[in-house]
Amino acid sequence: MKIALFATCIVDAMYPQTARATVKILERLGHEVVFPSGQACCGQMHINSGYMDEALPVVTNHVEAFEAEAYDVAVAPSGSCVASVKHQHPVLAERCGDSALKARAEAVGAKTFELSQLLVDVLGVTDAAEQLGSHFPHKITYHPSCHGMRSLRLGDRQLDLLKSVGGIEVADLPEADQCCGFGGTFSMKNADVSSAMLEDKTNNVKSTGASLCSGGDASCLMHIGGGLSRTKSAATTLHFAEILASTLDEPVSVTGQVFVGKGGK
Amino acid sequence: MSNVFMGMPTLPVFGMGNLHIEEPFPAAAHRELGNTQMRANLRHATHTIRDKRLKVVAELPDWEELRDAGSATKNHVMANLPALLEEFEKNFTARGGTIHWARDAHEANKIVADLIREQGTTEVVKVKSMATQEIGLNEYLEERGISAFETDLAELIVQLGHDKPSHILVPAIHKNRTEVRDIFLKEMPNVDPDLTDEPRKLAMAARAHLRRKFLSAKVAVSGANFALADSGTLAVVESEGNGRMCLTLPETLITVMGIEKLLPGKEDLEVFMQLLPRSSTGERMNPYTSLWTGVTEGDGPQNVHLILLDNGRTAALADKYGRTALNCIRCSACMNVCPVYERTGGHAYGSTYPGPIGAILSPLLTGIKSEENSSLPYASSLCGACYDACPVKINIPEILVHLRGEDVDSKRGAKKLPSQMDLMMKGASWAFSSGKHLALLEKGLPLGKLAAGRDKKIKALPGIAAGWTQSRDMLAPPTQSFRDWWKKDHTPVAPTHKQEN
Ligand code: SF4
Repeated sequence: MKIALFATCIVDAMYPQTARATVKILERLGHEVVFPSGQACCGQMHINSGYMDEALPVVTNHVEAFEAEAYDVAVAPSGSCVASVKHQHPVLAERCGDSALKARAEAVGAKTFELSQLLVDVLGVTDAAEQLGSHFPHKITYHPSCHGMRSLRLGDRQLDLLKSVGGIEVADLPEADQCCGFGGTFSMKNADVSSAMLEDKTNNVKSTGASLCSGGDASCLMHIGGGLSRTKSAATTLHFAEILASTLDEPVSVTGQVFVGKGGK
Repeated sequence: MSNVFMGMPTLPVFGMGNLHIEEPFPAAAHRELGNTQMRANLRHATHTIRDKRLKVVAELPDWEELRDAGSATKNHVMANLPALLEEFEKNFTARGGTIHWARDAHEANKIVADLIREQGTTEVVKVKSMATQEIGLNEYLEERGISAFETDLAELIVQLGHDKPSHILVPAIHKNRTEVRDIFLKEMPNVDPDLTDEPRKLAMAARAHLRRKFLSAKVAVSGANFALADSGTLAVVESEGNGRMCLTLPETLITVMGIEKLLPGKEDLEVFMQLLPRSSTGERMNPYTSLWTGVTEGDGPQNVHLILLDNGRTAALADKYGRTALNCIRCSACMNVCPVYERTGGHAYGSTYPGPIGAILSPLLTGIKSEENSSLPYASSLCGACYDACPVKINIPEILVHLRGEDVDSKRGAKKLPSQMDLMMKGASWAFSSGKHLALLEKGLPLGKLAAGRDKKIKALPGIAAGWTQSRDMLAPPTQSFRDWWKKDHTPVAPTHKQEN
C-alpha cells in the first residue's frame, strides 16, 4: 500500500523521532511511505483559537498538499490533527463560504487515518511483538488523549497495541479519561486552570510508578512531559509509535531514569 | 395577553440580567482556584454524580437512540418555534391561563411585580427556577418591597447565605454540611440552637421553616421544565416536593419560562423524562413531576399566569451555528463532567449558567460583543466530555470554537494595535500555509538549543507564552526537523513482516 505521511507541524519540528518511528513501522510492514512535501500543519491551533481567516490558507495548503500526491491512505501520528482534518476542515471551509474546498477537504479527510486506526482497522495489526517485532522492556502507563478518545472514537486501539509489545508492563493510569489540560492556546489563555488540570494528571502518572507515560498526541505528551519535568519527576513521556518501533536490535533510547518492566513476552 | 410584539424581530434583542461575567474568566478563575475548600467540595460532589449518572445511563440499551430522539425533537421545536408558541398560547388561554410576552429581563420582572401587587401581598414563595435567576427577579422584587422565599433546599441555603448559586441543579454544591449548619444557625428564624450537621436534622429544620411560608403565601412564582404545545400544559420536575406545595397551595401562580422550553406534545415528554433525571441526578426517575393545565375551579391556583421570556433567545436562534444551545434542558450533566468547571466552580462563569453550557449560552444570549462575556468561549480545553454527556447532543466544543471565531472577527480592526496573540496567529498562518515556509523556519531549530539550558530545557518563555512555563518545562527542539531528515537521510527499511495489499 502507498501511504502518505502527515507528520504534523509539532512532530515535524519538535518530535521528528515520532515521525521516523511511524515510517519505520509502516516500512517494516512492507508499505511504501511518501511524504507530500507541501504539507505544513492542520490548522487546528488557528481554528481552535478563533482565527478563522488565518486558518483558511493553512487548511487550503493541507488539502492541496495531499491532493498533489498519489496514495492509498494518509496517516498521522496524532489524534487531534486527524480529528481536525476530518471534522474541522469541512466546517471551516463552509464557514468561509467555499463549498468547493469543503468537498475537497472531505475527500482528503476520508482518506486520512490516525496511526492506531490505520494499523488496527486497515492493516490488521493486533500483535505488535509478533507482527512488528516490537520490544520495549519498561513499565509504562498510558494517557488516551481527548481527541483520539472522543472525536475519533479510537477506543483501546493504542492501548491494546502497547500491551502487545514484547517485554512491556502497562500500568493503568487513574482517571485516564480526564483531559491533561493542554488544549492548545487554552494553556496560555487560561494558564492557571490548565496547570491545575496538569497537576492532577502528573500526580496520577507518578502514582503508577511507571517510568514513562505514553500516548498518541505529541502536544499532550509535550504538556504532560513538561509538567513532569518541572516537578522533577523521574518519569517522562514517549509517543506510542516510538514504543512500537522499538525492537531488540534497535531499541528506542529512553532518557532519564528508567524502571525496568516486569512483563515478559 | 399583553401587546408586546413577538415573533422574529428584525434586530435581535440581546439578553440582560444575571448573564454577564464581571471580570474576564481567567481572572475570575484565578481567584476561585485559590478556594481549596470549594474545590474539594466540588470535586467530591461532581465525581459522585458523574459515577451515578454513568451507572444509570448504562442500564438503558437505547440511550443513544433516546439522545437522538431528544435532539431531533428539540431541533424540530427550534425550527418551528413561532407556530408552536402560538399553538401553546391558544391552548393555555383556552384553559383559563393568561399569557404575557416579555422581550427582556426588565419587562419580565415588571410583569411579575405588577401581578404580585395586584394580589395585595408582599410575600411570595418560589419554586427553583433558572429563568427567574437569569432575570434577577428576587433582587428586583426586594427593591420594591416584595420578599421572595426560595423553597428548594439548596436554593434556600444560597439565599440565606447571601450567596450566589454555583451550579444549575445543585446551587449550593460549593458548600458542605458544616457550612450549611452555620448558615442555618445564623440566618434561619426560630432554629434549634443545638442543630447538628446531620443531613436529616438540617432537612427537618428547613422543612419547619418552609412549612410556615407555604401555608401563608398567596402567590407562588415558578419556572417550568417543559411546556406542551398541544394542550397548553406546563411541567416542573423536582426532587423534594416543595415545588408541588408552591404549585398547589397559593391562589395565584406566576410562571416565568424561556420560549425555548416548548415541546410539541405529551408523547415527547416520555423521551425527556428518561433523559433528564438520569443526566442530572443520576436517578432513574425524579421523585416529583407536576403537570398543570390552566385553571380548575375550586382546586389549586385560581389565577394562572405565564410569562414567556425572550431575553436574547431569538438572537441565539438567529445564530446558525450556535442555535442548538437552546436545545439545553438544564440537566447539568455537562458541568459535572467538565474539568474546568470542576476546578473553578460556577461562580467563575459569572452568569446564571455556569460550566460548558454557560460558556456558550451566556455569550449567545448577550451577544459576543458584551465585553467580559467574550472571554467565556475560551474557558474550555475542548476536551469534549460535555458533548459526550449531553442528553440532547449539543455539540458544545463546536459552538465554543464558532464563538471564538465570532469574537476574533468582531475585534478585527477595532483595536489600534494587534495583540500578541494576533501577531502570533498571523505569523503562524504564514509559516503553516506552505511546506516551504515551514522548512525555512525549521532551519532555525538549532537556535532553540541556545535558549535551553544545559539540561536541554526551556524554563521561561516570553510574552503570552509565559503562563506556560509557570508550571511546565519546554524541551529544547531537535537540531534537525523530520522534513530535513526525510530529504537527506531517509532510506526505506526492509520489510520484516509482509502485508497483503
Ligand atoms: S448542555 Fe446538555 S448536558 Fe449541559 S445542561 Fe444542557 S442539556 Fe444538560
